[in-house]
Amino acid sequence: MSTPTLDKSDQVEDATPYITATFRIRRFNPEVAAEATWEDFTIEIDPKERVLDALHKIKWELDGTLTFRRSCAHGICGSDAMRINGRNRLACKTLIKDINPEKPITVEAIKGLTLLKDLVVDMEPFFQAYRDVMPFLVANGNEPTRERLQSAEDRERFDDTTKCILCAACTSSCPVFWNDGQYFGPAAIVNAHRFIFDSRDDAGEQRLEILNDRDGVWRCRTTFNCTDACPRGIEVTKAIQEVKRALITRRY
Amino acid sequence: MKIHKYDTVIVGAGGAGMRAAIESTKRCRTAVLTKLYPTRSHTGAAQGGMAAALANVEEDNWEWHTFDTVKGGDYLVDQDAAEILAKEAIDAVLDLEKMGLPFNRTPGGTIDQRRFGGHSRNHGEAPVRRSCYAADRTGHMILQTLYQNCVKEGVEFFNEFYVLDLLLTEVDGVKRTAGVVAYELATGEVHVFQAKSVVFASGGNGKFFKVSSNAHTLTGDGQAAAFRRGLPLEDMEFFQFHPTGIWRMGILLTEGARGEGGILRNKDGERFMEKYAPVMKDLASRDVVSRSIYTEIREGRGCGPEGDHVFLDLTHLPPEQLDAKLPDITEFARTYLGIEPYTDPIPIQPTAHYAMGGIPTNVKGEVLADNTTVVPGLYAAGEVACVSVHGANRLGTNSLLDINVFGRRAGVAAADYAATADFVELPEGPETFVVEEVERLRGATGSERVTDIRKALQETMDKNVMVFRTEQTLKEAVAEVGALRERYRNVSVQDKGRRFNTDLLEAIELGNLLELAEVTAVSALARKESRGGHYREDYPNRDDVNFMRHTMAYREVGDDGTESIRLDYKPVVTTRYQPMERKY
Repeated sequence: MSTPTLDKSDQVEDATPYITATFRIRRFNPEVAAEATWEDFTIEIDPKERVLDALHKIKWELDGTLTFRRSCAHGICGSDAMRINGRNRLACKTLIKDINPEKPITVEAIKGLTLLKDLVVDMEPFFQAYRDVMPFLVANGNEPTRERLQSAEDRERFDDTTKCILCAACTSSCPVFWNDGQYFGPAAIVNAHRFIFDSRDDAGEQRLEILNDRDGVWRCRTTFNCTDACPRGIEVTKAIQEVKRALITRRY
Repeated sequence: MKIHKYDTVIVGAGGAGMRAAIESTKRCRTAVLTKLYPTRSHTGAAQGGMAAALANVEEDNWEWHTFDTVKGGDYLVDQDAAEILAKEAIDAVLDLEKMGLPFNRTPGGTIDQRRFGGHSRNHGEAPVRRSCYAADRTGHMILQTLYQNCVKEGVEFFNEFYVLDLLLTEVDGVKRTAGVVAYELATGEVHVFQAKSVVFASGGNGKFFKVSSNAHTLTGDGQAAAFRRGLPLEDMEFFQFHPTGIWRMGILLTEGARGEGGILRNKDGERFMEKYAPVMKDLASRDVVSRSIYTEIREGRGCGPEGDHVFLDLTHLPPEQLDAKLPDITEFARTYLGIEPYTDPIPIQPTAHYAMGGIPTNVKGEVLADNTTVVPGLYAAGEVACVSVHGANRLGTNSLLDINVFGRRAGVAAADYAATADFVELPEGPETFVVEEVERLRGATGSERVTDIRKALQETMDKNVMVFRTEQTLKEAVAEVGALRERYRNVSVQDKGRRFNTDLLEAIELGNLLELAEVTAVSALARKESRGGHYREDYPNRDDVNFMRHTMAYREVGDDGTESIRLDYKPVVTTRYQPMERKY
């Protein structure tokens, strides 16, 4: 006898109210045409499935040229940030039933980064901004033989910003970043925050100076788009405000 | 075609690849090639922790950890390697802390530890707190910390470069490492990387199963590249099915949930693990728990209208504990199932999780061409490799450990090798295989679709090569996979372009999966015993007389071009522990 599988689930699926949903996807392929265009795909799908499942269904069954990034499919790897019904989300963390599938669901690439093909953008400027804030622990003094000690409270101080998966949903939802790609953007500041407020770190001053730059934290206009966009629930705007306050008080 | 020249090339930028890169970049000119971006790697999906006998919260030592690893692997573990793993675990964790990893802390400020399946005090007396963790995001923190330190060290990455071939050149009758060939996803261009040493750290191959915790991109590219070049694959029949995947989706819910006190229940609400593992109960090793779950389901005690799952019950745990220790998996339950874990149990089923087998290496990370011969300049570490520290079944938290200990070892060894070795001349037309394969697929006009073959592959693997296996199911799998490989010859892709052609990429990945599925099924068919993750209903007992040995599978190509798989065997390294009956 073999391992029980989901064969029987056909019955369940019969009972499941599959719906017909239209995905209006912003297509772009410079090998084919210079301009981006909207293209509609209508599919039968279980509304409890993810937008990523719908994109796969379209790619695998209707149009193999549809191009997007994805890997883990459950909100951990950060590959599939895209603009769904006008809001930045991870396609793998967005269920179809939650985004009003009675109307066409729009899917387009995140904004503010150069579009390369369909839903794929050039991530290099995003990662460069991240690398520019010294996103690594700098600890002076002698290395202890065992671990550095850190109280549970000190560890909790920067817990929120350790959750970042570098998906760029925040940075590419920021109107300041759209207008000026030189701005470090929320994700880089979040990752600076993660170290500035780590009690083990000794390079807070240097990071604050980097973010004191004209393209640094002062560009933030507190529109909260980033906080709304974060699929990890990080209080991004709050983190930026804490970095601003640290710059003023030099206390962190 | 472009040619690059580096001392060391690392293939893959997950935990093992980046841990290797941090070492080799300090010592020699290193390039890291990844088909994703480094922070997208599946190390980030690991949740529960990393084992090390720090003894921060209770008595523990590395010898107990070694024993648990050997027993957990059902005595197929090479015991010299397990001892290194357990001993070096302590420094591996401390190194990560010094690199900045934000571990959870004890009230005294040291690294906190929790219980995990199969890890015990004094050779099985009771569960022990050995897993060092950062909430249920330990893999995420390891991946981020290693990437941060790669940035610090100035590691050179080639992102979205998909390695499709390994270059070996025969010098004086010995195959030596010459480099790798990669396909650049953004442009479709083929790149040859000449290197003195190459480290494969390209991850697992769990996507040939349908219900799987693995990322879409875990398609065994490294294993397949090595296999095609005549190198063996070790113990491929041993695949781990993690007990707690989200029902039907396969998304991982950490064993740490049971380490924190979570309980598995059947439709009668019974804590059924008490029957199967009286001491360790829900924290028995994963193979034992997965079989127990399916036994409950098969005997009619499964939950739901189809009786096809069981429950992971966390409702008796305080919400504060769930928020602090298991925030991500409770969110998965809410997001994907609409279930509130504070008040309702979570439907789960075993999910394909981890390949114990892979490219054989010795404890230095050197790849073996047979039972003993090293391939000069070639290394492997992490899930792609088989050292073997996991034997027939890996313990939870030992994979995050494996990537750090053996990633580091492979990085050091590859750089040391490059310091004294010369470049080996590239074979003639080094890019030929990749260019021909890519162009063949791009131009193919056959009637078969990738999606149909992949779906059929996953269905036959789930049905026939999962938790319970028999001669009949395995023969069926071998036949079906063989037929699918025939169909694959007629596969075509719709996207004929060069720019970000993920359609083409998926076709190549499917080819790798098919090749490895066949090796897995053939190896499993020949192993007429039950051991660890490999359970044969027609041979339900472990057979140490005939099968306490590693499987070594080789690809053979006949004069007429027909491919076949030849199986050979390799002895297990036994040092201090003689095989005993395995009880939890």
